[in-house]
Amino acid sequence: MLKDEDRIFTNLYNDLGPDILSAQKRGDWKNTSDIIKKGKEWIINEIKTSELRGRGGAGFPTGLKWSFAPKEVGSRPHYLVINADESEPGTCKDRDILRFEPHKLIEGCLIAAYAVNANKCYIYIRGEYFNEGNKLQEAINEAYEKKLIGKNACDSGWDFDIYIHYGAGAYICGEETALLESLEGKKGQPRLKPPFPALIGLYGCPTIINNVETIAVVPTILRRGAKWFSTIGKPKNTGTKIYCISGNVNNPCNVEEEMGISLKDLIEKHAGGVIGGWDNLKAVIPGGSSMPLLPKNVCETIKMDFDSLVENKSGLGTAGIVVINKDQDIIKCMARIARFYKHESCGQCTPCREGSGWMWRMLERMAKGEASRDEVDMLMDVTKQIEGHTICAFGEGSAWPVQGLLRHFKKEVAKRNNFNPLVNRNKNIPYLVDQHLLDK
Amino acid sequence: MSMKKISKEQPSDFVFNKQNLEEVKKIIKNYPDGKQQSAVMPLLYLAQKQNDNWIPLVAMKYIAKLLNMPYIKVYEVATFYSMYNLSPVGKFFIQVCTTTPCMIRGAYDIVNACKEKISDKEKELSKDKTCSWMEVECLGACINAPMIQINDDYYEDLDKEKTEKIINQIQNGEKLIPGSYRGRKNSEPENNRKTLLNIKNA
Repeated sequence: MLKDEDRIFTNLYNDLGPDILSAQKRGDWKNTSDIIKKGKEWIINEIKTSELRGRGGAGFPTGLKWSFAPKEVGSRPHYLVINADESEPGTCKDRDILRFEPHKLIEGCLIAAYAVNANKCYIYIRGEYFNEGNKLQEAINEAYEKKLIGKNACDSGWDFDIYIHYGAGAYICGEETALLESLEGKKGQPRLKPPFPALIGLYGCPTIINNVETIAVVPTILRRGAKWFSTIGKPKNTGTKIYCISGNVNNPCNVEEEMGISLKDLIEKHAGGVIGGWDNLKAVIPGGSSMPLLPKNVCETIKMDFDSLVENKSGLGTAGIVVINKDQDIIKCMARIARFYKHESCGQCTPCREGSGWMWRMLERMAKGEASRDEVDMLMDVTKQIEGHTICAFGEGSAWPVQGLLRHFKKEVAKRNNFNPLVNRNKNIPYLVDQHLLDK
Repeated sequence: MSMKKISKEQPSDFVFNKQNLEEVKKIIKNYPDGKQQSAVMPLLYLAQKQNDNWIPLVAMKYIAKLLNMPYIKVYEVATFYSMYNLSPVGKFFIQVCTTTPCMIRGAYDIVNACKEKISDKEKELSKDKTCSWMEVECLGACINAPMIQINDDYYEDLDKEKTEKIINQIQNGEKLIPGSYRGRKNSEPENNRKTLLNIKNA
């Protein structure tokens, strides 16, 4: 277990208060100007050596991302955008950072903005987090009052402003380019990449987009040293991470732990175990709803970091762990997730817009046992036709949980759906595109 | 994509009140010159707040003129995002999260409580016209599941009984207390905390 002195978010449960005085007692805003005076190169290199990977889901190396921003400001200003549009089912870590550690985020914004040559920062908060946004605004006002941000922030000579922008209940705006579209006052539909936002982003200007947690750990890394951060966890998967453990556990909670901690430890130690005991475990979604689920035998030994989970055909995502026990109907759980994706598809690419609805309707029927035998393979086929055929990663996000279900619980699905297929002989009908599924 | 019905009864006029007009000026300043279109989302929120929690079409036209952008673009935004209500909702608007993490902890018991106490159908006003309810997707408080959002506040760690009690309070005009309904402190593991104990006990 991670030692308390190595925890970054010491106010995760709000024992101390989120205001600036208590934050300063915890070490926030200490010698910020000294850090800034060490220069952009130093900051970016330090983040590179710490091997910090983005905490928003994709796990892209943060230092590398920052180095993509043009070194000199040209005719267009640079922007820093913070993604606080936390809507992945199973994830609620950013909410607690916004509520209880806002000053870590604001200080991180200042340092990151300096490193990427940005004078303006927009924090995009999901609309439902209205109260959390208010708390953050209070903290921003405190920081302005103390001249920590604003003109000549922290006496560093850097001018820096932060604005909050609320979303309005669209999951897709968590995708970085959809977020930019939304920030520009349009529908949140993702853009084609390239060009990447680091060169052409908000209002066509170079823009760096980072998750709340990524930015909030930056000041502590720079203060305690990249070496310290990189010794926690495993190589290439360094540092600490806030895990959200929800679902059928006795004590659902947020907890900050090292990367690469075993999943069983997290569930048994911190979340008080699975309801009905470990043997009652059915499956675990390890990284928010878009990551494929893991069956019990994998959960016994799996380590929670980016690379270990990829090896097991899943992903760390946002580290939102949803524990599902045997009292639940796993097909129904996945059908509900499919409904989530059907509801949240932005409608731009046909495979995703139509496919997410297909998957949902098929899974609903499969949960009731109303599907025919061949439809189980057909469902897999649908997921494959969505995956990789869309502009953004939402297509994968909607297809992967269904693939996970079929990978690990196909027998259960097939057992429940045992009808004979409607078409059971291979007729040469050109418009019946799924005929190949009948090939033996 | 959300499918939203636009109210058949539309008011004929909408303008921001004085206080909101001040607010509009402030909001537009948050964005670079010439990029005032960015302000469309906050402005729609303002309109929604001023107009009993829903946005009429005239308000969209008004905002379009205010920001110097085509009406269709405002309409696009208002229909795309699910938090803009385009027809009247109750003064207390109850949103029940039923996505998987909440579902496996009993969110549909809460839906049933709403069906019994408010109205059989979603988005329909209760008999006493105080509240309406609807199922929504993940509200991002999964460790406090099941939970509901009433207007701006989260009510967490619920069950059917507690929800019924909350709805009774609304209907009796009593004051509601947001937060956890199991006496839990924020997102800490109840009775099982193993971290940062020095800070807790200090």
